[in-house]
Amino acid sequence: MSESVLKVENINVYYGSIHAIKGISFEVYEGEIVTLIGANGAGKSTTLNTISGLLHPSTGSISFLGESLAKVQPHKIVEKGLAQVPEGRRVFAQMTVQENLEMGAYTQNSGINEDLEKVYSLFPRLKERMRQTAGTLSGGEQQMLAMGRALMSRPKLLMLDEPSMGLAPILVEQIFDIIADLHRTGATILLVEQNAQMALSIANRGYVMETGKITTTGTGQELLASEEVRKAYLGG
Amino acid sequence: MIFLNFFISGISLGSIYAIIALGYTMVYGIAKMLNFAHGDVIMIGAYVCFYAFARYHLNPFLGVAAAMLICTLLGIIVERLAYKPLRQAPSLAVLITAIGMSYFLQNTALLMWSSNPKVFPSIIGRGSFRLFDGALSVSHITALTIGVCLVIMIVLSLFISKTKMGKAMRACSEDKGAAQLMGINVNATISMTFAIGSGLAAVAGALLCSAYPTLMPTTGALPGIKAFTAAVFGGIGSIPGAFLGGLMLGVIEIFAKAYISSQLSDAVVFGVLIIVLLVKPAGLLGKMTQEKV
Repeated sequence: MSESVLKVENINVYYGSIHAIKGISFEVYEGEIVTLIGANGAGKSTTLNTISGLLHPSTGSISFLGESLAKVQPHKIVEKGLAQVPEGRRVFAQMTVQENLEMGAYTQNSGINEDLEKVYSLFPRLKERMRQTAGTLSGGEQQMLAMGRALMSRPKLLMLDEPSMGLAPILVEQIFDIIADLHRTGATILLVEQNAQMALSIANRGYVMETGKITTTGTGQELLASEEVRKAYLGG
Repeated sequence: MIFLNFFISGISLGSIYAIIALGYTMVYGIAKMLNFAHGDVIMIGAYVCFYAFARYHLNPFLGVAAAMLICTLLGIIVERLAYKPLRQAPSLAVLITAIGMSYFLQNTALLMWSSNPKVFPSIIGRGSFRLFDGALSVSHITALTIGVCLVIMIVLSLFISKTKMGKAMRACSEDKGAAQLMGINVNATISMTFAIGSGLAAVAGALLCSAYPTLMPTTGALPGIKAFTAAVFGGIGSIPGAFLGGLMLGVIEIFAKAYISSQLSDAVVFGVLIIVLLVKPAGLLGKMTQEKV
């Protein structure tokens, strides 16, 4: 077994009195794509935001590369190499494409120009639009920008929250091709998706979340074939 | 020529409003709060200047530097003690706290320096340039004020558009959560904003009191409110808007005083504000978010 990059152990998260995450545990190993699938409101984004330090678990532990993330501030977590592409992309609409990418490299002190070139070669569309403000990009381009921006921090683990949300099917395929490409070049990825079919087809392993709990786990292929998962998430 | 004279005094007064308005607009842009104590930071800065060169005979420019240093620290401390604990609180609670902080600073000044007005010595004397055979006279302080405002405008615009810290400020102003996910320390960025705004307030205090030499604990209140108006006028949250709003407000105020009535000048100023906001609710250069979904 390769090294564990992320280890989440029995975390509970509350929003005020709402018990959003009920004791979930999972792991991501180096070089893997792991997906968390589940319906709206199952707690997938809450899980990612807790890992990023924006929310705090009341119990349980999260460790990244063997180091506990408890009491580490969100901006320090990014410095350690854990990047999140948030749900809804959240690009800086009034800043240019180039400036958005520079913000992604906020924690980096050198090699920024090389990284910019890498991101531009991965997403040629962004290079064409580098001087435009991000708010003028289409949804698909904004998703590419959000991913490029996260890659600029040279993450050791890239977390993607609903990258397919609100995109036309052809763009969804394009985005998933890019995720699969990133994986082939060695990136470790934690992918949260409602589009279970697409997510499971590129994932090594998956976890199914329902109302704050992990109900099923297995390899991508196993889950795609599972009767239970098919019924609930893949439309029979 | 008299028209030109009024215009230049308007630009000069407007420059002071613009420098103060920057503090309001930057803090609003990033912390999404109206820091009504900002006007009183100007007054504190002016007092520090006054004591530095009227009592201790420091070089006036060292005096201004001391005032900037003290106001910068004051801005950071006020933010840390009064506003940071309320980061998640409803905006009304923050607003009330800011008003409370304003009274706190005024009353502290009253205790320390009493309510007797002090006569502020101009930081560069009372001389003036005479142009066109004496037809146009521009006092040194007027010229200095306009020059300082220009320099601040240029330096700040470059800082915001070119430096890493400036860009991080813009990122925080758009989306603090996303900024955190970039590794930006949002609390440090907010502190920095208060520091810059308060440092500029000290400069504004020295310029204001050099032009209008009566200094008392309430000196900052009215210019503070007018500069806030200027910030709204130009589009709150927008830095070029603060400059434009400040300059326009100054010119309108002086023209109203000269050609309409000096008692009515404030009414005219606020009347123009109401009309602008009716036509352009976001202010002259207010950000109209254009976003494709």
